[in-house]
Formats: sequence, C-alpha cells, structure tokens
Amino acid sequence: MAKYLLLKHYRGAPAAVHDVPMDRWTPEEVSAHVRYMEEFAERLRGTGEFVDAQALSPEGTFVRYDGEGRPPVTDGPFAETKDLIAGWMVIDVDSYERALELAGELSAAPGAGGKPIHEWLEVRPFLGAPPTVTD
Amino acid sequence: MDEALLRTLTPAVIGILVRRGAGFAAAEDAVQDALVEAVRVWPGDPPRNPRAWLIAVAWRKFLDAARADTSRRRREIRVEDEPAPGPGATADDTLQLYFLCAHPSLTPASAVALTLRAVGGLSTRQIAQAYLVPEATMAQRISRAKRTVSGVRFQQPGDVATVLRVLYLVFNEGYSGDVDLAAEAIRLTRRLAAGIEHEEVAGLLALMLLHHARRPARTRPDGSLVPLAEQDRTRWDTRLIVEGVDVLQAALARDRPGEFQAQAAIAALHADARTAEETDWTQIVEWYDELVRLTDSPVARLNRAVALGEAESPRAGLAALEGLDPALPRYTAAAAYLHERDGDAVTAARLYAEAARSALSLPERDHLTRQAARLNAGLRG
Repeated sequence: MAKYLLLKHYRGAPAAVHDVPMDRWTPEEVSAHVRYMEEFAERLRGTGEFVDAQALSPEGTFVRYDGEGRPPVTDGPFAETKDLIAGWMVIDVDSYERALELAGELSAAPGAGGKPIHEWLEVRPFLGAPPTVTD
Repeated sequence: MDEALLRTLTPAVIGILVRRGAGFAAAEDAVQDALVEAVRVWPGDPPRNPRAWLIAVAWRKFLDAARADTSRRRREIRVEDEPAPGPGATADDTLQLYFLCAHPSLTPASAVALTLRAVGGLSTRQIAQAYLVPEATMAQRISRAKRTVSGVRFQQPGDVATVLRVLYLVFNEGYSGDVDLAAEAIRLTRRLAAGIEHEEVAGLLALMLLHHARRPARTRPDGSLVPLAEQDRTRWDTRLIVEGVDVLQAALARDRPGEFQAQAAIAALHADARTAEETDWTQIVEWYDELVRLTDSPVARLNRAVALGEAESPRAGLAALEGLDPALPRYTAAAAYLHERDGDAVTAARLYAEAARSALSLPERDHLTRQAARLNAGLRG
C-alpha cells in the first residue's frame, strides 16, 4: 500500500475544462457537486482506501522568522498569481495506477450544467518509511 | 454494561479518592484505570453496587501506582492500605471538580479536555476522536493540564463563569465523531445546575436545551444547513423547548441578568414562534440590546443588526452594521442577507460569494455559495 495526496487548487492549476465559478452555478448544481464529493469519500471509506480529507480557507498568509526577539514577518494575503491550495484527500492504495484512477474520478465531479468539471488535480506520492529488507 | 452510569459516577469517585488523600492527578488516573477495568469486567460479572466497586478498584489502582512510584523513587510507602473511613462523597466534590477542571490557569482547550475526562468520564480516545486530533496529542494535553492544576487546592472555591465558558465551548463544538459533544455538554450543565443555585448556570442550560431542540431541523439529510427561517418547526423537539423555557423562567425570576439568560431568552422567542413570520423581532432586538449592554460584544451587535433588519427594516439593519468591523466573522453574510431583503440582489449575490470565501466551516461555505448561486440564477432570469 502507498499513500497519495490528491491536491485541489483554487489557483495555480491549469484551467478546468468547465471552468465556471461556483456562485454562477444553480443551487442544485452546488448540492450535486457537494454530494458527489461526499459519496466519493464514503466509497473510499468502504474500500479501506480513505485516510483523510480537508478543505482550506482561501485566506492565508506567508510567515517567516525575522531574528531573535522580533515578531515574525508576514506577507499576504497571497497575490493573485500565487498557487493556492483548496484542499486535499489522502488515500492509501495498492498502486500508482489506482491513485490516478481515483483522482480522475474525483476530477469528474459535476459542475455547471451538471457536466463534469474536468478540473486538474495534483497527485503526489508520500515519502514512506524505509523498507526493512533492502538486499 | 451501563456506560452512562459509569460516567456519571466518575467525578464522585475522583472526589472520594482526593478526600482520602490522593492528589487530583493520581486520583484521576486511578479512576480512569478503574473505568477501563469496569468496561472489561462488568459485562460478565456485574457488581451489585457499581459505585462501591468503582471506589474499591480505583483506590487499589491508586495504591498500586503510588507503590510503583514510591519504589521507583526508593522512598517509603506513606499510603495506608486501608483508608480512614473519612467523609463520603458529597455533591460538593463534583462541584469542586468542575472548578478545578476549568481553572483560569488552563487554556480553553486544556480545560475542555480535562473537564470531559474528569467530570464527564470520557476516555482520552473518545475526546481525541471528538476533536479530531491524534490520541497521543490529546493524552499529552490532558496530562499537561493536570500538571498545571496540581498545585491548586481541591477545596478552593472557583469561579462559576469559567466553568460556564468551558461548557459553552463543548456545546458549540456540536457533533463530530462518536461522541455527541452537545449532548455531553447538556448532561454536564444539568448536573452543575442540580448542584448549584446560580441564574447563569440555569441560563446556559436553557440556552443549550433551546438550541439542541432545533437540531433535527437544522440540517438536511445531505448535511446542508437550513437557515432558521426555513426550518421545519414541527421537527423541533417540543419536550426540550418546554424544559428550556421552564429553566429560563425560573432563572429570570431571580432578577439577576446575565449573558446566557439573555441569549436563552432570544432562543426562547424563536422557539415560541410557530412560523418564522410570527417571530417577535421587537422583543428579540430588546434582548440583543440587553446582551450588548452586558457584554459589549461585537458579535452581539452584529446579530442585533440582523434582528433590527427584521423588526424595523433592512435599511435599519444595514445602518446598524455600519461602524462594525467588516472583519467580524459572518459580517459579510449578514450584509448580504440584509441587502437581499432590501431588494438589491446584485450586491447581495456579490457579498454572499465573498462571504463564502471567508466562511469558517464547509457547511457554511456551501450554504453561502448556494445563496449566491440562487441569486445569480434569478438575475440571469
């Protein structure tokens, strides 16, 4: 088993095929989208492949150390050009192919007009623990 | 195996151990160990007197731990095997535990965790699940909290207000995971109210009961939020409403105003309206005035503005919003709502979308997005 992060971006990913802001959908389309995401997670719980899912607020700040005894420096909110993560799902699956298959399904969540959004999701493998047997 | 009974007995047994000379931290550990053993043993061999069983086993656990500790430190055993008869547990013991677990030296998160464990009798695992943190993190939070209060004398009188804040925090966390924190908060507040005559304890209990009564109507089966005005009021729990109103009236009769009583009074006025249109907004505004007077809280002012929008006019509500900090949580959502009531769908749609971006929870964000979507769909025609 290997863990993968399925990363969803507010900004920074290539544009989706059906790229319509959510507040331009109908309320029913919003509900259908939410339901699709929930059922997807529920199904992965059922197959034993779900680890975690979280959504992030778009509000954020960059912070860095500014020397002893000084308050940290902050920068932000992020400029429009910067990459902005919307949320993630962590899955634990048998293969990279399975991770791609699931990411593809998640990207097909319905959007405006009930059509799949075809949004880009980033799939990132976790670095795991070193194996016990190496020779 | 009656888990509810077990958990009810927890604070009293801790109190008894403390009276016999155990420190609070050691007593609390011993009782947790005894609870674990009860869960294991009781189903096959239920005790005739569960309370006496728990006291005996917890005391034994305490002695075992004290001996292990003592021998580790190569000191003499100073604890007697047979405890002096001593005073039995009193209602005061439980009350003292509430005070200790909400001690002002604790951070809110620590006070909440310690209260749920020592007063509520929940396991560390259950508390960790309820707050979605790893069990080891919660265990550490609890043991640090116990260290923090280790120097506090058990019998020291505490401040009811700090206890109420902790219980309010637990209630507001609502429901996640296996433990229903709202129901747990009500159980703990009920017990507190039974042990102490205090109008704000009653006020908080009433507030919890009246809000809990609406819970069945507050979300749709798919988890989406239903605003108060759109809730199916036949699904409100009338038994809880009746109890909440009774508790509140008894509290108000004491004529010592407080913020929880004021909030409960607002909830009671909503509960009293059979339809959203029958809501007595004028009285609600008066209670918000009272709440602002008592707390000077910007959140109360924000809610007052929304109520004023109903009682007088959306314009009056919008005027009341002016002067408040737009960074306040739900400020933009309130402004969106008032603009919609005022007939300005374009501004409202824009503000709902903006509010969705700064929402504090996923259900709220989805709700606000749907509101923006609904208005935009209407504008498209």
